[in-house]
Amino acid sequence: MDRKNRVYPSVDESVADIPDGATIMFGGFGGAGFPNNLIQGLARRDARNLRVISNNCGTGDGELGILFKNRQIRHVVAAFPGPGATYFQQQFDAGDIDLELVPQGILCERMRAFGAGIPAFYSPVGVGTDVAKGKEERVIRGKRYILEQALGADYALIRAQRADRMGNLVYRKAARNFNPIMATAAKTTIVEVEEVVEIGALDPETVVTPSIFVDRIVVAKGLRYV
Amino acid sequence: MSKQRLTREQIAERAALELPDGAYVNLGWGIPNLIATYVPKHVTIYFHSENGILGMGPRASQGQEDFDLVDAMKAPVTLIPGAAYFSQVDAHVMTRGGHLDICVLGGLQVSEKGDLANWRVPGAKGAGGIGGAMDISVGAQRLIVTMEHTAKDGLRKIVKTCTYPLTAIECVNTIITDLAVIDVTPEGLVLREVAPGFTPEEVQEFTEPKLRYSGKVPEMAIKRP
Repeated sequence: MDRKNRVYPSVDESVADIPDGATIMFGGFGGAGFPNNLIQGLARRDARNLRVISNNCGTGDGELGILFKNRQIRHVVAAFPGPGATYFQQQFDAGDIDLELVPQGILCERMRAFGAGIPAFYSPVGVGTDVAKGKEERVIRGKRYILEQALGADYALIRAQRADRMGNLVYRKAARNFNPIMATAAKTTIVEVEEVVEIGALDPETVVTPSIFVDRIVVAKGLRYV
Repeated sequence: MSKQRLTREQIAERAALELPDGAYVNLGWGIPNLIATYVPKHVTIYFHSENGILGMGPRASQGQEDFDLVDAMKAPVTLIPGAAYFSQVDAHVMTRGGHLDICVLGGLQVSEKGDLANWRVPGAKGAGGIGGAMDISVGAQRLIVTMEHTAKDGLRKIVKTCTYPLTAIECVNTIITDLAVIDVTPEGLVLREVAPGFTPEEVQEFTEPKLRYSGKVPEMAIKRP
Protein backbone atom coordinates (compact mmCIF):
# COMPACT_ATOMS: atom_id res chain seq x y z
CA MET A 1 0.00 0.00 0.00
CA ASP A 2 1.29 3.43 -0.90
CA ARG A 3 0.48 5.39 2.21
CA LYS A 4 1.58 8.62 0.60
CA ASN A 5 -1.11 8.39 -2.03
CA ARG A 6 -4.48 6.91 -1.14
CA VAL A 7 -6.31 8.64 -3.97
CA TYR A 8 -8.41 6.39 -6.23
CA PRO A 9 -9.01 7.34 -9.83
CA SER A 10 -12.79 6.99 -9.68
CA VAL A 11 -15.77 6.49 -7.41
CA ASP A 12 -16.55 3.12 -8.99
CA GLU A 13 -13.02 1.81 -8.44
CA SER A 14 -13.07 2.94 -4.81
CA VAL A 15 -16.11 0.77 -4.01
CA ALA A 16 -15.42 -2.06 -6.47
CA ASP A 17 -14.56 -4.68 -3.83
CA ILE A 18 -17.53 -4.15 -1.50
CA PRO A 19 -19.14 -7.58 -1.37
CA ASP A 20 -22.71 -8.77 -0.83
CA GLY A 21 -23.53 -8.94 2.87
CA ALA A 22 -21.04 -6.24 3.88
CA THR A 23 -21.68 -4.05 6.93
CA ILE A 24 -21.33 -0.39 5.87
CA MET A 25 -21.44 2.88 7.79
CA PHE A 26 -22.65 6.02 5.99
CA GLY A 27 -21.87 9.50 7.27
CA GLY A 28 -24.32 12.39 7.01
CA PHE A 29 -27.10 14.07 8.94
CA GLY A 30 -30.03 16.21 7.85
CA GLY A 31 -28.90 16.51 4.25
CA ALA A 32 -25.32 17.56 5.12
CA GLY A 33 -22.22 15.41 4.78
CA PHE A 34 -23.68 12.38 3.01
CA PRO A 35 -21.26 10.58 0.67
CA ASN A 36 -23.78 10.80 -2.15
CA ASN A 37 -21.31 10.00 -4.90
CA LEU A 38 -20.06 6.86 -3.16
CA ILE A 39 -23.68 5.83 -2.53
CA GLN A 40 -24.37 6.15 -6.27
CA GLY A 41 -21.25 4.06 -6.93
CA LEU A 42 -22.52 1.38 -4.58
CA ALA A 43 -25.89 1.46 -6.35
CA ARG A 44 -24.13 0.87 -9.70
CA ARG A 45 -22.07 -1.92 -8.19
CA ASP A 46 -25.30 -3.58 -7.02
CA ALA A 47 -23.84 -5.16 -3.86
CA ARG A 48 -26.80 -6.76 -2.08
CA ASN A 49 -27.99 -7.98 1.31
CA LEU A 50 -26.15 -5.10 2.93
CA ARG A 51 -26.19 -4.23 6.62
CA VAL A 52 -26.27 -0.47 6.91
CA ILE A 53 -25.40 1.79 9.83
CA SER A 54 -26.59 5.34 9.30
CA ASN A 55 -28.42 8.04 11.21
CA ASN A 56 -31.05 8.40 8.46
CA CYS A 57 -32.43 6.12 5.74
CA GLY A 58 -32.64 8.46 2.77
CA THR A 59 -34.79 11.24 1.36
CA GLY A 60 -36.80 9.92 -1.57
CA ASP A 61 -34.27 8.58 -4.12
CA GLY A 62 -31.57 10.71 -2.50
CA GLU A 63 -28.87 9.84 0.04
CA LEU A 64 -29.44 6.18 1.02
CA GLY A 65 -32.82 6.16 -0.76
CA ILE A 66 -31.43 4.73 -3.99
CA LEU A 67 -30.00 1.69 -2.18
CA PHE A 68 -33.39 0.95 -0.61
CA LYS A 69 -35.11 1.55 -3.94
CA ASN A 70 -32.78 -1.06 -5.47
CA ARG A 71 -33.50 -3.40 -2.55
CA GLN A 72 -29.80 -3.72 -1.74
CA ILE A 73 -30.28 -3.37 2.03
CA ARG A 74 -31.61 -6.00 4.44
CA HIS A 75 -30.51 -4.80 7.88
CA VAL A 76 -30.46 -1.28 9.30
CA VAL A 77 -29.02 0.26 12.43
CA ALA A 78 -30.29 3.86 12.70
CA ALA A 79 -31.38 6.57 15.12
CA PHE A 80 -33.91 8.39 12.96
CA PRO A 81 -34.80 6.71 9.64
CA GLY A 82 -36.90 9.77 8.78
CA PRO A 83 -40.36 10.43 7.36
CA GLY A 84 -38.80 11.21 3.96
CA ALA A 85 -37.24 7.75 3.73
CA THR A 86 -40.00 6.52 1.43
CA TYR A 87 -38.45 3.27 0.22
CA PHE A 88 -37.15 2.32 3.63
CA GLN A 89 -40.57 2.92 5.25
CA GLN A 90 -42.37 0.84 2.61
CA GLN A 91 -39.99 -2.07 3.00
CA PHE A 92 -40.02 -1.79 6.79
CA ASP A 93 -43.85 -1.91 6.86
CA ALA A 94 -43.73 -4.93 4.53
CA GLY A 95 -41.42 -6.71 6.96
CA ASP A 96 -38.56 -6.87 4.42
CA ILE A 97 -36.11 -4.93 6.57
CA ASP A 98 -34.71 -5.75 9.91
CA LEU A 99 -34.23 -2.56 11.99
CA GLU A 100 -32.33 -1.79 15.16
CA LEU A 101 -33.33 1.67 16.46
CA VAL A 102 -30.61 3.27 18.56
CA PRO A 103 -30.56 6.61 20.40
CA GLN A 104 -28.44 9.00 18.34
CA GLY A 105 -25.78 9.69 20.94
CA ILE A 106 -25.46 5.98 21.65
CA LEU A 107 -25.19 5.18 17.95
CA CYS A 108 -22.09 7.34 17.60
CA GLU A 109 -20.67 6.47 21.04
CA ARG A 110 -20.85 2.75 20.12
CA MET A 111 -18.81 3.56 17.02
CA ARG A 112 -16.38 5.65 19.01
CA ALA A 113 -15.93 2.75 21.46
CA PHE A 114 -15.28 0.29 18.63
CA GLY A 115 -12.70 2.58 17.09
CA ALA A 116 -11.06 3.06 20.48
CA GLY A 117 -10.82 -0.65 21.27
CA ILE A 118 -13.53 -0.61 23.96
CA PRO A 119 -15.87 -3.60 23.54
CA ALA A 120 -18.83 -2.29 25.53
CA PHE A 121 -19.74 0.45 27.98
CA TYR A 122 -22.41 1.35 30.53
CA SER A 123 -24.79 4.16 29.66
CA PRO A 124 -27.75 5.88 31.34
CA VAL A 125 -29.56 6.42 28.02
CA GLY A 126 -32.64 4.24 27.55
CA VAL A 127 -32.78 2.90 31.12
CA GLY A 128 -36.37 1.83 31.80
CA THR A 129 -37.35 2.10 28.09
CA ASP A 130 -37.66 -0.33 25.16
CA VAL A 131 -34.01 0.37 24.35
CA ALA A 132 -32.98 -1.46 27.55
CA LYS A 133 -34.72 -4.71 26.58
CA GLY A 134 -32.34 -7.67 26.62
CA LYS A 135 -29.42 -5.55 27.86
CA GLU A 136 -27.52 -6.09 31.08
CA GLU A 137 -28.40 -3.48 33.71
CA ARG A 138 -26.14 -2.47 36.54
CA VAL A 139 -26.25 0.08 39.35
CA ILE A 140 -23.05 2.14 39.58
CA ARG A 141 -22.72 4.63 42.43
CA GLY A 142 -26.46 4.52 43.00
CA LYS A 143 -27.56 5.12 39.38
CA ARG A 144 -28.96 2.64 36.84
CA TYR A 145 -27.05 1.96 33.61
CA ILE A 146 -27.34 -0.45 30.68
CA LEU A 147 -24.55 -2.17 28.81
CA GLU A 148 -24.10 -1.03 25.21
CA GLN A 149 -21.96 -2.96 22.71
CA ALA A 150 -19.33 -1.38 20.48
CA LEU A 151 -20.36 -1.04 16.83
CA GLY A 152 -17.93 -1.57 13.96
CA ALA A 153 -18.22 -2.09 10.21
CA ASP A 154 -16.42 -3.54 7.22
CA TYR A 155 -16.56 -0.22 5.39
CA ALA A 156 -17.23 3.41 6.28
CA LEU A 157 -18.35 5.61 3.38
CA ILE A 158 -17.88 9.22 4.41
CA ARG A 159 -17.61 12.75 3.06
CA ALA A 160 -15.15 15.53 3.86
CA GLN A 161 -14.39 18.86 2.23
CA ARG A 162 -10.68 18.40 1.66
CA ALA A 163 -8.02 15.69 2.00
CA ASP A 164 -4.31 15.57 1.49
CA ARG A 165 -2.98 12.58 -0.45
CA MET A 166 -2.43 10.64 2.78
CA GLY A 167 -6.01 11.09 3.96
CA ASN A 168 -5.81 13.82 6.58
CA LEU A 169 -9.30 15.30 6.46
CA VAL A 170 -10.93 18.67 6.94
CA TYR A 171 -14.71 18.97 7.07
CA ARG A 172 -17.08 21.82 6.37
CA LYS A 173 -19.50 23.20 9.00
CA ALA A 174 -22.23 20.80 10.18
CA ALA A 175 -21.37 18.36 7.38
CA ARG A 176 -18.83 16.90 9.81
CA ASN A 177 -21.46 15.10 11.99
CA PHE A 178 -20.92 11.28 11.96
CA ASN A 179 -18.10 11.28 9.40
CA PRO A 180 -14.99 11.49 11.64
CA ILE A 181 -16.34 8.87 14.06
CA MET A 182 -17.20 6.36 11.37
CA ALA A 183 -13.71 6.77 9.94
CA THR A 184 -12.34 5.22 13.14
CA ALA A 185 -14.77 2.30 13.33
CA ALA A 186 -14.47 0.52 9.97
CA LYS A 187 -11.88 -1.87 8.54
CA THR A 188 -11.84 0.19 5.36
CA THR A 189 -12.72 3.88 5.28
CA ILE A 190 -13.51 5.44 1.92
CA VAL A 191 -13.88 9.22 1.74
CA GLU A 192 -15.22 11.42 -1.03
CA VAL A 193 -13.88 14.97 -1.03
CA GLU A 194 -14.21 18.16 -3.04
CA GLU A 195 -10.49 18.61 -3.31
CA VAL A 196 -7.20 16.76 -2.72
CA VAL A 197 -4.10 18.75 -1.77
CA GLU A 198 -0.44 17.78 -1.47
CA ILE A 199 0.93 16.30 1.74
CA GLY A 200 1.92 19.15 4.05
CA ALA A 201 -0.58 21.59 2.58
CA LEU A 202 -3.11 21.15 5.39
CA ASP A 203 -2.49 23.01 8.64
CA PRO A 204 -2.04 20.20 11.22
CA GLU A 205 -4.00 22.32 13.72
CA THR A 206 -7.10 22.10 11.52
CA VAL A 207 -7.00 18.39 10.67
CA VAL A 208 -10.08 16.72 12.17
CA THR A 209 -9.52 13.15 10.95
CA PRO A 210 -5.85 12.12 10.92
CA SER A 211 -4.79 9.99 7.93
CA ILE A 212 -4.37 6.84 10.02
CA PHE A 213 -8.16 6.39 9.87
CA VAL A 214 -8.50 6.76 6.09
CA ASP A 215 -7.85 4.12 3.42
CA ARG A 216 -9.20 5.45 0.14
CA ILE A 217 -9.84 8.95 -1.17
CA VAL A 218 -11.83 9.90 -4.21
CA VAL A 219 -12.54 13.35 -5.59
CA ALA A 220 -16.24 13.78 -6.28
CA LYS A 221 -17.56 17.25 -6.90
CA GLY A 222 -21.08 16.44 -8.03
CA LEU A 223 -24.11 15.43 -5.98
CA ARG A 224 -23.28 17.27 -2.83
CA TYR A 225 -26.85 17.58 -1.66
CA VAL A 226 -30.02 15.85 -2.68
CA MET B 1 -65.29 36.83 28.97
CA SER B 2 -64.54 33.69 27.06
CA LYS B 3 -61.22 32.21 27.91
CA GLN B 4 -59.03 30.42 25.45
CA ARG B 5 -56.24 27.95 25.76
CA LEU B 6 -52.88 29.30 24.65
CA THR B 7 -51.69 28.82 21.09
CA ARG B 8 -48.52 26.88 20.33
CA GLU B 9 -46.76 30.22 19.80
CA GLN B 10 -47.92 31.44 23.21
CA ILE B 11 -46.65 28.26 24.87
CA ALA B 12 -43.30 28.96 23.18
CA GLU B 13 -43.39 32.58 24.33
CA ARG B 14 -43.89 31.50 27.94
CA ALA B 15 -41.19 28.82 27.68
CA ALA B 16 -38.69 31.39 26.39
CA LEU B 17 -38.88 33.14 29.78
CA GLU B 18 -37.32 30.05 31.39
CA LEU B 19 -34.04 30.55 29.52
CA PRO B 20 -31.51 32.71 31.38
CA ASP B 21 -28.98 34.91 29.59
CA GLY B 22 -25.93 32.97 28.44
CA ALA B 23 -27.53 29.52 28.76
CA TYR B 24 -26.53 26.55 26.58
CA VAL B 25 -29.86 25.21 25.33
CA ASN B 26 -31.12 22.43 23.07
CA LEU B 27 -34.60 22.73 21.52
CA GLY B 28 -36.46 19.68 20.21
CA TRP B 29 -39.03 19.29 17.43
CA GLY B 30 -42.46 20.87 17.51
CA ILE B 31 -43.37 23.67 19.94
CA PRO B 32 -39.78 23.83 21.33
CA ASN B 33 -38.56 24.78 17.87
CA LEU B 34 -40.70 27.96 18.03
CA ILE B 35 -39.05 29.20 21.24
CA ALA B 36 -35.94 30.83 19.75
CA THR B 37 -38.15 33.50 18.12
CA TYR B 38 -39.40 34.64 21.54
CA VAL B 39 -36.09 35.05 23.36
CA PRO B 40 -35.97 38.71 24.54
CA LYS B 41 -33.47 40.93 22.69
CA HIS B 42 -31.24 41.53 25.73
CA VAL B 43 -30.82 37.76 26.29
CA THR B 44 -28.21 35.68 24.43
CA ILE B 45 -28.81 31.94 24.25
CA TYR B 46 -26.20 29.55 22.85
CA PHE B 47 -28.38 27.04 21.03
CA HIS B 48 -27.01 23.52 20.63
CA SER B 49 -27.87 21.33 17.67
CA GLU B 50 -27.09 17.64 18.09
CA ASN B 51 -25.67 17.34 14.59
CA GLY B 52 -22.69 19.40 15.76
CA ILE B 53 -23.30 23.11 16.34
CA LEU B 54 -23.18 25.29 19.44
CA GLY B 55 -24.16 28.92 18.98
CA MET B 56 -26.86 28.56 16.36
CA GLY B 57 -28.58 31.75 15.23
CA PRO B 58 -31.84 32.27 13.35
CA ARG B 59 -32.86 30.37 10.23
CA ALA B 60 -30.96 31.47 7.13
CA SER B 61 -32.94 33.86 4.97
CA GLN B 62 -33.93 32.84 1.48
CA GLY B 63 -31.01 32.93 -0.92
CA GLN B 64 -28.52 32.88 1.97
CA GLU B 65 -28.85 29.14 2.77
CA ASP B 66 -25.77 26.99 3.18
CA PHE B 67 -26.82 23.35 3.14
CA ASP B 68 -23.71 22.31 5.06
CA LEU B 69 -25.03 24.46 7.91
CA VAL B 70 -28.33 22.92 8.95
CA ASP B 71 -29.99 22.24 12.28
CA ALA B 72 -31.27 18.88 13.54
CA MET B 73 -34.47 19.41 11.54
CA LYS B 74 -32.52 19.85 8.27
CA ALA B 75 -33.30 23.58 8.14
CA PRO B 76 -30.49 25.92 6.99
CA VAL B 77 -29.45 28.10 9.93
CA THR B 78 -26.93 30.82 10.79
CA LEU B 79 -24.35 31.21 13.57
CA ILE B 80 -23.89 33.82 16.27
CA PRO B 81 -20.48 35.08 17.46
CA GLY B 82 -18.85 32.47 19.70
CA ALA B 83 -20.24 29.49 17.77
CA ALA B 84 -18.39 26.21 17.23
CA TYR B 85 -18.66 23.06 15.10
CA PHE B 86 -17.91 19.56 16.34
CA SER B 87 -18.67 15.92 15.60
CA GLN B 88 -21.72 13.95 16.57
CA VAL B 89 -19.81 12.30 19.42
CA ASP B 90 -18.90 15.66 20.96
CA ALA B 91 -22.47 16.86 20.41
CA HIS B 92 -23.61 14.02 22.65
CA VAL B 93 -20.79 14.40 25.13
CA MET B 94 -22.62 17.69 25.68
CA THR B 95 -26.12 16.15 25.95
CA ARG B 96 -25.42 12.98 27.92
CA GLY B 97 -22.57 14.41 29.93
CA GLY B 98 -24.79 17.00 31.59
CA HIS B 99 -23.19 20.04 29.96
CA LEU B 100 -26.36 21.66 28.59
CA ASP B 101 -28.11 24.00 31.01
CA ILE B 102 -31.62 23.55 29.68
CA CYS B 103 -33.27 21.31 27.10
CA VAL B 104 -36.83 21.74 25.85
CA LEU B 105 -38.61 18.81 24.21
CA GLY B 106 -42.10 18.07 22.97
CA GLY B 107 -44.16 15.45 24.75
CA LEU B 108 -46.85 12.85 24.13
CA GLN B 109 -47.16 11.93 27.81
CA VAL B 110 -45.48 13.02 31.04
CA SER B 111 -45.99 11.11 34.28
CA GLU B 112 -46.20 12.52 37.79
CA LYS B 113 -42.71 11.18 38.43
CA GLY B 114 -41.38 13.06 35.41
CA ASP B 115 -41.17 10.09 33.04
CA LEU B 116 -41.36 11.28 29.42
CA ALA B 117 -42.86 9.55 26.38
CA ASN B 118 -42.31 11.56 23.21
CA TRP B 119 -41.05 9.43 20.35
CA ARG B 120 -43.73 6.98 19.38
CA VAL B 121 -47.51 6.65 19.40
CA PRO B 122 -48.33 2.96 19.92
CA GLY B 123 -49.67 1.38 16.75
CA ALA B 124 -48.45 4.19 14.49
CA LYS B 125 -47.34 3.18 11.02
CA GLY B 126 -43.69 3.22 10.06
CA ALA B 127 -40.51 2.62 11.97
CA GLY B 128 -40.57 5.72 14.16
CA GLY B 129 -37.31 7.29 15.22
CA ILE B 130 -35.59 8.06 18.48
CA GLY B 131 -33.12 10.67 17.28
CA GLY B 132 -31.35 12.50 20.07
CA ALA B 133 -34.32 12.67 22.49
CA MET B 134 -33.18 9.88 24.81
CA ASP B 135 -29.63 11.23 25.17
CA ILE B 136 -30.96 14.75 25.73
CA SER B 137 -33.57 13.71 28.32
CA VAL B 138 -31.07 11.76 30.37
CA GLY B 139 -28.39 14.43 30.40
CA ALA B 140 -30.14 17.80 30.60
CA GLN B 141 -29.43 19.81 33.74
CA ARG B 142 -33.01 20.98 33.47
CA LEU B 143 -35.58 19.42 31.14
CA ILE B 144 -38.68 21.37 30.14
CA VAL B 145 -41.47 19.74 28.17
CA THR B 146 -43.75 21.98 26.10
CA MET B 147 -46.95 20.45 24.76
CA GLU B 148 -50.70 20.80 24.54
CA HIS B 149 -52.23 19.87 27.89
CA THR B 150 -54.52 17.25 26.35
CA ALA B 151 -54.44 15.23 23.12
CA LYS B 152 -56.66 16.02 20.13
CA ASP B 153 -59.13 13.34 21.26
CA GLY B 154 -59.30 15.00 24.69
CA LEU B 155 -57.18 12.36 26.43
CA ARG B 156 -55.03 13.60 29.28
CA LYS B 157 -51.31 13.73 28.55
CA ILE B 158 -50.14 14.43 32.09
CA VAL B 159 -50.75 11.02 33.63
CA LYS B 160 -49.97 8.89 36.65
CA THR B 161 -48.06 6.37 34.55
CA CYS B 162 -47.09 6.69 30.89
CA THR B 163 -48.63 4.07 28.59
CA TYR B 164 -46.68 5.15 25.49
CA PRO B 165 -43.10 3.96 24.85
CA LEU B 166 -40.81 5.90 27.17
CA THR B 167 -38.05 8.28 26.16
CA ALA B 168 -36.52 8.42 29.65
CA ILE B 169 -37.60 7.93 33.24
CA GLU B 170 -37.74 10.63 35.93
CA CYS B 171 -36.22 13.27 33.68
CA VAL B 172 -38.76 16.13 33.35
CA ASN B 173 -38.43 19.17 35.63
CA THR B 174 -41.12 21.48 34.23
CA ILE B 175 -44.14 21.08 31.96
CA ILE B 176 -45.41 24.13 30.05
CA THR B 177 -48.74 23.70 28.28
CA ASP B 178 -51.62 25.69 26.83
CA LEU B 179 -53.17 25.63 30.33
CA ALA B 180 -50.41 25.73 32.90
CA VAL B 181 -46.84 25.71 34.11
CA ILE B 182 -46.24 22.66 36.30
CA ASP B 183 -43.09 21.68 38.17
CA VAL B 184 -42.23 18.03 38.83
CA THR B 185 -41.02 17.76 42.44
CA PRO B 186 -40.23 14.84 44.76
CA GLU B 187 -43.56 15.61 46.48
CA GLY B 188 -45.51 15.48 43.20
CA LEU B 189 -46.70 17.94 40.56
CA VAL B 190 -46.81 21.57 41.66
CA LEU B 191 -49.02 23.99 39.75
CA ARG B 192 -46.89 27.11 39.36
CA GLU B 193 -49.02 29.14 36.91
CA VAL B 194 -52.32 28.88 35.06
CA ALA B 195 -53.25 30.21 31.61
CA PRO B 196 -55.04 33.58 31.81
CA GLY B 197 -58.64 33.10 32.89
CA PHE B 198 -58.34 29.48 34.01
CA THR B 199 -58.65 28.28 37.60
CA PRO B 200 -56.48 25.62 39.26
CA GLU B 201 -59.56 23.42 39.54
CA GLU B 202 -60.10 23.61 35.78
CA VAL B 203 -56.47 22.68 35.11
CA GLN B 204 -56.79 19.78 37.55
CA GLU B 205 -59.73 18.47 35.55
CA PHE B 206 -57.46 18.03 32.52
CA THR B 207 -54.65 16.48 34.57
CA GLU B 208 -54.72 12.89 35.85
CA PRO B 209 -52.38 13.11 38.86
CA LYS B 210 -53.17 15.38 41.76
CA LEU B 211 -51.79 18.94 41.40
CA ARG B 212 -50.44 20.69 44.48
CA TYR B 213 -51.05 24.39 44.91
CA SER B 214 -51.99 26.79 47.64
CA GLY B 215 -53.64 30.18 47.60
CA LYS B 216 -53.94 32.13 44.39
CA VAL B 217 -51.96 30.63 41.50
CA PRO B 218 -50.48 33.37 39.26
CA GLU B 219 -51.34 33.60 35.57
CA MET B 220 -48.83 32.82 32.81
CA ALA B 221 -47.28 36.01 31.41
CA ILE B 222 -48.28 36.21 27.76
CA LYS B 223 -47.84 39.44 25.80
CA ARG B 224 -48.58 38.42 22.25
CA PRO B 225 -52.09 37.61 21.05
